Amino acid sequence: MTEVVVVDARGLLCPAPVIALAKAARALPEGSRVTVLATDPAAAVDVPAWARMRGHQMVETTEDGEHLALTVLLGPAKAR
Amino acid sequence: MTVDRVVLDAGGQAPLLPVAKDAFFAALDEGWADPRRLHSEGRRARALLDGARESLAAAVGARTEEVDLTPSHTAALHSAVSTVALGRRRVGADVVASAVERAAVLHAADFAAARGGGQRVTVPVDRAGRVDDEAFAAAVARPGVALAALQHANGEVGTLQPVEEAHAAARAAGVPLLVDAGASLGHVPVGDAWDLLAANPGDWGGPSGLGVLVVRAGVRRSPDRPQDEDRWFPGGVSVPAALAAAVALESALASQAGADVQRRALVGRLRERIPAEIADVDVAGPGEGRLPHVLTFSCLFVDGETVVGALDAAGFAVGSGSACTSSTLEPSHVLAAMGVLTHGNVRIALPRGTRREDVERFADVLPGIVGAVRSRLGVSDL
Repeated sequence: MTEVVVVDARGLLCPAPVIALAKAARALPEGSRVTVLATDPAAAVDVPAWARMRGHQMVETTEDGEHLALTVLLGPAKAR
Repeated sequence: MTVDRVVLDAGGQAPLLPVAKDAFFAALDEGWADPRRLHSEGRRARALLDGARESLAAAVGARTEEVDLTPSHTAALHSAVSTVALGRRRVGADVVASAVERAAVLHAADFAAARGGGQRVTVPVDRAGRVDDEAFAAAVARPGVALAALQHANGEVGTLQPVEEAHAAARAAGVPLLVDAGASLGHVPVGDAWDLLAANPGDWGGPSGLGVLVVRAGVRRSPDRPQDEDRWFPGGVSVPAALAAAVALESALASQAGADVQRRALVGRLRERIPAEIADVDVAGPGEGRLPHVLTFSCLFVDGETVVGALDAAGFAVGSGSACTSSTLEPSHVLAAMGVLTHGNVRIALPRGTRREDVERFADVLPGIVGAVRSRLGVSDL
């Protein structure tokens, strides 16, 4: 539960960060936390939108000036 | 353009209405002269220009002298924000605007606020793109506000805004309200809840290269351009464009109710078919309280530019608020403010007279196009 899977999508343009995140999410059980790192500004909107559309929950979004880090709590696999 | 083309991207510039084209050509003969000149030819051009202003004024319930013709919709919005901010600099330098205003309004607000040592106060919107009227009222009531701006409706997603509530709040605070009706006038009634109204002839089927700004008597503004006979928009505008814009608006308003019913039904059809026939589509904007002819939706895992290109190859012209192909471009600030998926975005604004069979054919080909892009990206099973 405490382990967070990190997907490094820095340097990728949309929709690639969301695709990378969705691919990682497919292999993980419900309740997993996944953090995607992205430099594409669209990820700030598109990752939460993907989470909403697929029944996941946004945990947090942070920005360190160079990239975004968006953490998602995965919902039931059926929704994915 | 071949007969097979279907234009579904009329927002901001619709195909020129035939009556507007006729008026434009007639004015090239009758109104070619400089309307500032005193000879017969100049006076004839002046009469056409004055007639155009009078007609536009009547269409929005204003007096002719309240109507300024501008070189573009952008210029109208820039000037409205900038000159009112300057005229009211003793009151304050803040500019209140919704998060989904046109970029020209947001940029002008930043510019004018920075010039006066104030700030842009941005009021957020909900998932449907509608501004919270109470938050807007609270922002307007703060001290130091030079101007507030709220669009009549959003041209990207179609959401109608609570302009009456916003105008009542602005009036109570003594702050002038700029209403950008650039996506509304000619399509839905724009009402009278405004102190400044901007409208876009290209959007209602008039020519490009012209804008309209209506300023109620009593709104304080100061020119921020060098002196000119045309005080607010130096150099004046094209007489044929002005005449064509006025004729186009008369025609658009005369057929507004019918065009509303017809296009609202077509957009309703797309709102129904697209999410039913394509998986993972985020349809933006409300089902009710919207412009009749505008629809935006985003398809998960695809990039908007590829979908636009594939639709173009299939004969359909659509827009997109996505910015996937260039790392320097920001995606649509409207979709971002609403929390709607920004990639895979397709933006539609139906021109008048759009045929049902063309809309059905668009809905027929779209699933295959989105499916092909998803298959190529290897995301079909995600």
